[in-house]
Amino acid sequence: MLSRVADSLYWMSRYLERAENTVRQLDVTMSLMLDAGGSSAEKRWGQLLVSLGSPKGLEWNGDLDAMASRLVFDSLNHASVTYCVNGARENARQVREEISSEQWQRLNRLYHQMHSAQVQSQFRSGISDTLATVIDGIHLFKGVSDTTMIHGQGWQFIRLGRYLERAYATATMLEVYQPGLLAPQGGEGYQHLEQVGLLRCCTAFEAYCQVYTADLSADRILEFLLLNRDFPHAIRYCVEGVRQSVDAIQRTGGRRSPEELTAGIGRLHAMLGFTTINEILTGDTAAFLHSIREQCLRIHELIYRYYVHYSIQSALAV
Amino acid sequence: MGAGQSAEVETLFGDYPLDRAFDEMREPTGAVRPHYKALAETLARLPQDELERCKQSAELSFLTQGITFTVYGRDEGTERIFPYDLLPRLVTAQEWDRIERGLTQRISALNHFLRDVYSDAKILNDRVVPRELVYSCKHYRRQMRGLQVPRNVYIAVVGSDLLRLDSGKFVVLEDNLRVPSGVSYMLTNRRVMKRTFPQLFHSYGVRPIEHYPQLLLSTLRSLAPEGRPEPNIALLTPGVYNSAYFEHTYLARQMGIDLVEGRDLVTHDNIVYMRTTDGLKRVDVIYRRVDDDFSDPLVFRPDSALGCAGLFNAYRAGNVTVTNAFGTGLADDKALYAYVPRIIRYYLDEDPILPNVETFLMTEEKDRKHVLANLDKLVVKAVGESGGYGMLIGPHSTAQQREEFARQIEANPRNYIAQPTLDFSRAPCLIGNHLEPRHVDLRPYILFGDKVNIVPGGLTRVALEKGSLVVNSSQGGGSKDTWVLESQ
Repeated sequence: MLSRVADSLYWMSRYLERAENTVRQLDVTMSLMLDAGGSSAEKRWGQLLVSLGSPKGLEWNGDLDAMASRLVFDSLNHASVTYCVNGARENARQVREEISSEQWQRLNRLYHQMHSAQVQSQFRSGISDTLATVIDGIHLFKGVSDTTMIHGQGWQFIRLGRYLERAYATATMLEVYQPGLLAPQGGEGYQHLEQVGLLRCCTAFEAYCQVYTADLSADRILEFLLLNRDFPHAIRYCVEGVRQSVDAIQRTGGRRSPEELTAGIGRLHAMLGFTTINEILTGDTAAFLHSIREQCLRIHELIYRYYVHYSIQSALAV
Repeated sequence: MGAGQSAEVETLFGDYPLDRAFDEMREPTGAVRPHYKALAETLARLPQDELERCKQSAELSFLTQGITFTVYGRDEGTERIFPYDLLPRLVTAQEWDRIERGLTQRISALNHFLRDVYSDAKILNDRVVPRELVYSCKHYRRQMRGLQVPRNVYIAVVGSDLLRLDSGKFVVLEDNLRVPSGVSYMLTNRRVMKRTFPQLFHSYGVRPIEHYPQLLLSTLRSLAPEGRPEPNIALLTPGVYNSAYFEHTYLARQMGIDLVEGRDLVTHDNIVYMRTTDGLKRVDVIYRRVDDDFSDPLVFRPDSALGCAGLFNAYRAGNVTVTNAFGTGLADDKALYAYVPRIIRYYLDEDPILPNVETFLMTEEKDRKHVLANLDKLVVKAVGESGGYGMLIGPHSTAQQREEFARQIEANPRNYIAQPTLDFSRAPCLIGNHLEPRHVDLRPYILFGDKVNIVPGGLTRVALEKGSLVVNSSQGGGSKDTWVLESQ
């Protein structure tokens, strides 16, 4: 497939994953702010921003509704949900011939929703409802992507983008929230809310309960979000997804063996597969999480070097 | 009003005006033309707001499908849906037969002309077409001289614009031989119509057009370079900001070929490759939707970032087919247009089946004098422009505009032609909740590979503004589905 097309599919998928992550974290943060006993609203907002990669232009000004509205609708801010949806649609528009009509129509509808005056005016009265609508739109898109598209290279690049973005975002989030999780402040009830919040940021609360029952503890939460092999938002699962996609892309293409890339992914995969939560907690937890992010960035660079921006001269030599 | 019409049909038309211009649906007496009767009766039976509801649902479907075109020079809402009229335009089997034969004849002759002009130039030596007119055309490409074009096909994809005059006869207004667009609207209009009026469509016996993408693909395949039995075909687009981008993606998807931009292509040793995730892949046929000027910065405009450096050399070497060929804009120059009937007689020794519109050349002194004295009655066009730009419509112009054009004509006569203001035909359109007549043209799409192929139909473009004569989408035009009927 054309390198430019692969690039667009990959970013379309990353942007949507990013939008979904932002929406979910915003939703959870706002609901935690309702309970007065925990951290101040300003501190929570600050944490949210760091967890979203410290975007500029969204510094706390005391008006939560206005802040939230900007984080969702300000299309000029690169962290906003609208900006991400625009980015996804723009990428999709450039590869209209590659994606199915159903995919395009879902995404296009979501785009028009984000830009409709009605949705924007309803936002203040029902923030949660609006956020749920956005998530629904994204889920529908993912659903039709999986059911209407050939699971060939294009689909694999979509999957690659989704899992790499998710692994990176989850690692960032855990890096921000793990100190509070491991050294909790406030009463038991508030601790519980914080823990549930963290799980809900990854849609993991119910799944966690199925594995560990509703008995919440910091080490189990970290274990679940980092090392679970069956839960789609756990980092280990995401890295496995990345690995499978790269394997599949290589199998269908079969030109060069991108050893550096497979080695890079393999290293991260092994790190998550052969480390126990005790080792992580007794060691430098922050450094561990930071290393996941670094490796994700490296994998992204290698994907670019092998599939998108390779040198013509070396390609002619093959 | 005509006799024998039901009261419902009379109500349907209300105060619908008829005058000198040919009305597609009604006889001058007011009676509905025979082939439109079933349509009129269906419309008359529909409840008042039903049509409007159908129209809204059709428009919503265009928007969510992203069937849009881009309007230049506006920041907000740059994507618009192409305005769409719900009522089909009907063409009888006899009318279509004539159009088909006429266009086949015309396109064959124009292809002969291009081959001749870019090789021996016999027609110029025989003084049938003035040498000066050809060599001063801004779309003439000297680089094409003596170049062997695959199968001698210069114009594989054509969209000619036809008008119907008050006599009821179709004439050719212009031939679009460079990168004609709009075929995707023909195809999507049909899909929406089938959904909106399934019964009516079925009862009419409409000839299908849906196989156009397949025909286009086999046309492109037939033009592949020798020794490439399984050619890799790609559609070259200027990119997402082009007004016809939707069409490019649509056609690529329908044909199952790659949609490439200039930046996806590289040339090496006169072979064109595209950059894929599996490395470089050779390209054999390029269906080009980028103008000559922007196709190759080494040969044409050096500041173009839309094309592919080295493309022309690869083409010259015969390693890649680019279609339409370069320099075909020569034959749709508006001044050369006046010579097309002579070109047909010269190469085919036949009389033109579809006539031209009377055209005055500003380079001829007699013509120019006549035009300058009658600017308020004529339409003046700049020869190299398209899309309804650079035009003066005499009867709708101000004295100041006419003065301006007169000055420009005197300064550069080769750049202008004039034609009578045509009272071309009108068809009923749904305006608000009632019918009003609007001027329409017809653009059939012609494919030329092993032979000439025309899908029965085309894009009927509508000048949606009351009284307007301009049908271009960039100037507020819309479209209708065109139903070519099976012969009875």
